[in-house]
Order: sequence, then C-alpha cells, then structure tokens
Amino acid sequence: MTAAVSTLEIRNLHVSVETEEGPREILRGVDLTVRKGETHAIMGPNGSGKSTLSYSIAGHPKYTVTDGSITLDGEDVLAMGVDARARAGIFLAMQYPVEIPGVSVSNFLRSSATAVRGEAPKLRTWVKEVKASMEALEMDPAFAERGVNEGFSGGEKKRHEILQMALLKPKIAVLDETDSGLDVDALRIVSGGIEAVRAKGETGILLITHYTRILRYIKPEFVHVMAAGRIVDEGGPELAAVLEDSGYDRYVKGDGAAAPAGAGAVS
Amino acid sequence: MVVIDATGRPPMASGAVPRPVRSRNPLDHGVPTGREEAWRFTPLRRLRGLLAGPDADGKVSVTVSAPAGVAVEQLDAADPRIGRVLTPADRVAAFAMARAGGATAVTIPAEAALAEPVIVHLHGESPRTAAGAAAGVAYGHLSIEVGPFASATVVLDHTGSATYAGNVEVYVGHGASLTFVSLQDWDAGAVHVGAHAYSIGRDAKLRSFTVTLGGDLVRLNPTVEYRGPGGDAELNGVFFTDAGQHQEHRLLVTHTPRSCRSRVTYKGALRGDAAHSVWIGDVLIEADAVDTDTYELNRNLVLTDGARADSVPNLEILTGEIVGAGHASATGRFDDEALFYLQSRGIPPAEARRLVVHGFFAEVIDRIQVTEVRDRIMATVSGRLGETPAGDSTEAAAGAGAVVGAGAGPAGA
Ligand SMILES: Nc1ncnc2c1ncn2[C@@H]1O[C@H](COP(=O)(O)OP(=O)(O)OP(=O)(O)O)[C@@H](O)[C@H]1O
Ligand SMILES: [Mg+2]
Repeated sequence: MTAAVSTLEIRNLHVSVETEEGPREILRGVDLTVRKGETHAIMGPNGSGKSTLSYSIAGHPKYTVTDGSITLDGEDVLAMGVDARARAGIFLAMQYPVEIPGVSVSNFLRSSATAVRGEAPKLRTWVKEVKASMEALEMDPAFAERGVNEGFSGGEKKRHEILQMALLKPKIAVLDETDSGLDVDALRIVSGGIEAVRAKGETGILLITHYTRILRYIKPEFVHVMAAGRIVDEGGPELAAVLEDSGYDRYVKGDGAAAPAGAGAVS
Repeated sequence: MVVIDATGRPPMASGAVPRPVRSRNPLDHGVPTGREEAWRFTPLRRLRGLLAGPDADGKVSVTVSAPAGVAVEQLDAADPRIGRVLTPADRVAAFAMARAGGATAVTIPAEAALAEPVIVHLHGESPRTAAGAAAGVAYGHLSIEVGPFASATVVLDHTGSATYAGNVEVYVGHGASLTFVSLQDWDAGAVHVGAHAYSIGRDAKLRSFTVTLGGDLVRLNPTVEYRGPGGDAELNGVFFTDAGQHQEHRLLVTHTPRSCRSRVTYKGALRGDAAHSVWIGDVLIEADAVDTDTYELNRNLVLTDGARADSVPNLEILTGEIVGAGHASATGRFDDEALFYLQSRGIPPAEARRLVVHGFFAEVIDRIQVTEVRDRIMATVSGRLGETPAGDSTEAAAGAGAVVGAGAGPAGA
C-alpha cells in the first residue's frame, strides 16, 4: 500500500435499506477496485443498485452495510462518518443534488474547500480558482450568490456537482448519472469538466451511467455491468459498445445470473 | 383574484378572526382562565402575576439615541398621543398602559430622511431572585411617530432582565416609510408581554422585523391598521426558541381601506425540551377593503425532539374583490438530505446544521438593512447553535423524516 497510489477497494459489499416490510438487501456482494488515474464505468438497468453503491461509498445513513468492506488506501472507510470520508478524498456527484435554501453557493464552496483541505483557502487565489472553474463549465458567475441548487435546472445542478469535484480534487470520484438530464451541449460541457479532472491523473473515477452516450466523451478503461445488486459482467471499452447495441436484456432475465458478454474480470 | 366560496355566494363573516374587547380599562378585560382562544397557548403561571397588574418594583431603563432633528420627549399619562394607535385588547396591555405613567415619545419630523437609525435601548435592570428568575415588575410605553413623507429606521433593543409589560404605538404618516426592528434579546429569566400597534397612513410603508431570541416567556401582539389606501405593511419575524422558552407572536392585520397590501413572514427554529413557540396570524379583510393584497407565512424548523411549534393562520374576507389573499404554515425537521449533502462535502455535522439554520433564517434576516443588528442576530444564532443543545444527542436529528407537517391554504379555505 504505497501512499502515492490511491486505491478504493470494495469487497463483498452487502447493503440493505429499511423498508416497511423490514430490511431489504439491495447490494448482494459487490467487488470493485478503483485506483488513482483509472476510469471505471458502471452500467446497469434501472433499479440495479448503482445509486445504492454510490451512497454506500459516501456513507448515506439510509443504507446499512451488512457485510463486506470498503477501504481507501487500506483505511476502513465504513468506520468513517460522511464528512470524514469526504476529507479522506471520496467525492460523490449525486444523481439528484439537494437544494439548500439560503446557503449561498460561494459560502458553501468555501466551507467545503476549507473542510476538505484542512485550512481556509487564501481568499485571493480562491476567488480566481472558483471563477476559472466556473468559466470552464460555462456557469454564470451569478450562480455563486444563489442558494445551493436552489431553483437550478437539472443541467445546472450537474455542472455545480462537477464544479465541486474540480475544486475539491478528490482521490476517488463517484459520478452517479451525471450525464442524465443533460442536453447535448450540457453533456459536452460537463464531460469536458470531468475530462479535465481525469487528465490530471490524480483522481480515480467511477462513472455510473445508464446510457452509453457519455462514453463518447469519456473513455473508461474498465466497464462493469451491474444487475440485481451484483457486478455481473466486466470488460474493457468494447463492453460498452456491446451494451449500446443489445441493451441489458440478457442481464436482467434470470435475475442477473446470466451469461456474461464481456472479457473477464478486471479487479 | 375574486374570492367566492363554493356556493357562489359572496363571503360572510366567519368569525375566524376574533374581535376582542378593546378598552383602556383593565377591568373591562376578563381574567383569563387559559381556555380562551387568546390565552390557550400561554402558560399563565409564568406571567408572574402580570394579569393582575401588580405594582412596579423593578426597572426597565430607556435610552434613546437619535440623529439630529428627531424629537425625544417624555409624555405624561394624560397626553392625547397615548392611545392614539393602541386600544388594549387584553388585561396585560391595559395594565401596562395604566401603570406606565406616561410614555417615551420619538417623533421624526415630516419629510425627514434619516441617514442613521434611531436606537431605543430598553434594558431590564431588575434583580434576579435566588432561583434565577427576574423578579422586578416594570411597565413601559413607547410612542413612535413618523411624519408625512419622512423615511426612518427605528430599532428597539430589549436586553437585560425584568418582568416587563410594555406597549409600543407606531404612527406612520401619509407617504412615510419606516423600517422598524424590535429585538428581544433578553437574559434568560425575563418575561415580556407587549402590544405593538402600527397605524399606516395613506401610501405609507412599514417594514418591520420582530426578532425574539431571549427571555423565559415573550408574548407579543403586533397589530396593523391602515388609515387610507395604498398602505403597505411587511411584518417579518424571526424567533429561536430554546429549551424551556415560550415565545408567542400573535399578529392581527386589519384591512379596512381599499388597496392596501400586507405580507407576513415569520420563521422560527426550536430546540430542546419544552421549547414552545406560538404563531397566530390573523388577517381580516373588511367589506370596503377591495383590492387588498395579503399573504402570510410561518415556517418553523424543529431541531430536536421535545420542542413544540403551534402555528395558526386565520383569514377572514368580507369582500369578494381582492387582488389576493393566502396563507401558508409549515413546521418541519432538518432536511436530512441537505445535511448529508453538506457532510458529503467534508463539512462536519455541527457546521452543516449551522449552515442549514442560517440559510433558513437568511430569507428574513438578510432583509434587515441595519448591519450591526443583522450581524448581531446572526452571531447570536450561530453562538447558540454552537452550544450543545440541552437533552439532545447531536446525532438524533438523523433518520427523522423531512417535513413533519405542512399546510398551505388559498383564500377563504
Ligand atoms: N430507501 C429505499 N427504500 C426502499 N427501496 C430502496 C431504497 N433505495 C433504493 N431502493 C431500491 O433499491 C433498488 C436499487 O435502487 P438504486 O437507486 O440503487 O438503483 P439504480 O441502479 O441507481 O437505478 P436508476 O438507474 O433508476 O438510478 C431499487 O429497487 C430501489 O427501489
Ligand atoms: Mg440511480
């Protein structure tokens, strides 16, 4: 475990949620390894557990890990609170970012950068940094004074998520359907933002998506297919092309226990 | 918008908005038993006998700092300016008027445009008993007059400790504009009961902020009346009710002339065992008040178990031709998803909660243009959020649902 390599390791992860009928298991043994500089795509049909996996990595209290482990450079992530995980270098771009009325974007960004970096960023360089990152994402500077995600359109919320990723410079970024709800222009801009972070090689990216169109902009080295709470197939970029043509049908029939189409495991 | 009920008949007096007895004579007001609509939320025993009008044995000092041109006088009890706006609607207000022995009057001359606020500092100097309760009873009366076409900001700053019954009359001249802040920043043991009566002239504008942070029991009764068309009253409020505190705001806006506007926005945060807030928003639109535009809102954020927020909007409309009338009331918990979102950006839980509460209050507090007052309120709120609330394990808020109860009603609902 060298310090230079940031590695997120997920082993045999089982996760349940509390429902009215009692606990329901959603993730049923997920194994996945993401290293700094790598880009992984997780694809899968609706309800297969993709968001559950991302929330579990981030530590959402609604999801209970019943078995397995998550470590970051050997550190037990599951033992950390939500905020400690973020400070350890984990970032989650949410599928549905939350509105926080009355808390301005600028105040929020500065609070989170201060927390994650361990000290308040120097005001002058910080203002420049935010401005440059917003420009790269073609965000109007006026957003800085609005409430966090308050009244943002779907596309604006996603840009705001990627803006945070760019500023917080995580070791591991989980992007939960950052592409959904974006028109062609917005997809290009947001993809550009992700690509810029990726190009620095300091972040391992776990790109969760339902569709293949974002993969035209961001080329993952590894593609995983999730169905019914498990990784049921793994391969390289060519697997995405297969999914593009044939969809997820073969994985969902028989509850995810179908024949893989890809080229063997990658973890 | 024309409001006609489902039967197609024009509106009728529903009695939704109570019409209390109005008299300066305390004995014209019955002694409350606690079952009356006006008193049912108030813990009468904690009023420390104010309902009986005891002799004053404490002191609330009044210090006024005002820019040049503003007249500050002491009125004697017989002065006709006392009672011009306020006719007491309950015993405590009537006793306060009878026992205050006059009033402090602040007069802003016609057409003055004050660059600096008038600050009225009321400081409770009553000694505390061994039990830590404010013992001394004090009465007070303030009379504020803003001359025609003047514009001014007046800040009432209540600090210290007392058992205080104090009325405030605010007379806003035609075409004048007043920003009025009443800050209840009492020490923990204080009791404060007060009627704040505003009279709005033709085409005049009132923007008021009632901010209640301290005290053991605070019960305020802001009322608005209009003397001519074109009046505009914005009644904003903020309260932070901590363990054991009772904070009650009972508002009544009466639209009598045509074409007046009112906006009521109160936001409260509650925390700790037996924290109790009461918000009553009564709006009465009388038969001649055509073209009225009114909306009232109360939102409460319940930060822990054991706190209770009562919120009752009442709207009674006696004319069918108005621009708009509505109300909304919602009492909710911390939005756990918002807290998760902030924490997932590295922000520790306590700071995340502080940000959410600030954001909640910001809508109202950011409108206060008196920087010192605004900063002081935010700092007080921050300071109190920084403390560990009594009887709360800090993680208890997680896992609870977002909105406990919500209601919104159109006119005449
Ligand atoms: N809090 C919850 N309570 C009950 N069921 C839940 C909860 N969260 C998730 N689920 C269920 O778990 C399953 C997986 O949900 P999840 O959101 O992880 O899927 P997903 O792969 O992200 O789907 P999508 O592509 O629609 O975003 C679904 O059947 C969902 O209904
Ligand atoms: Mg999802």
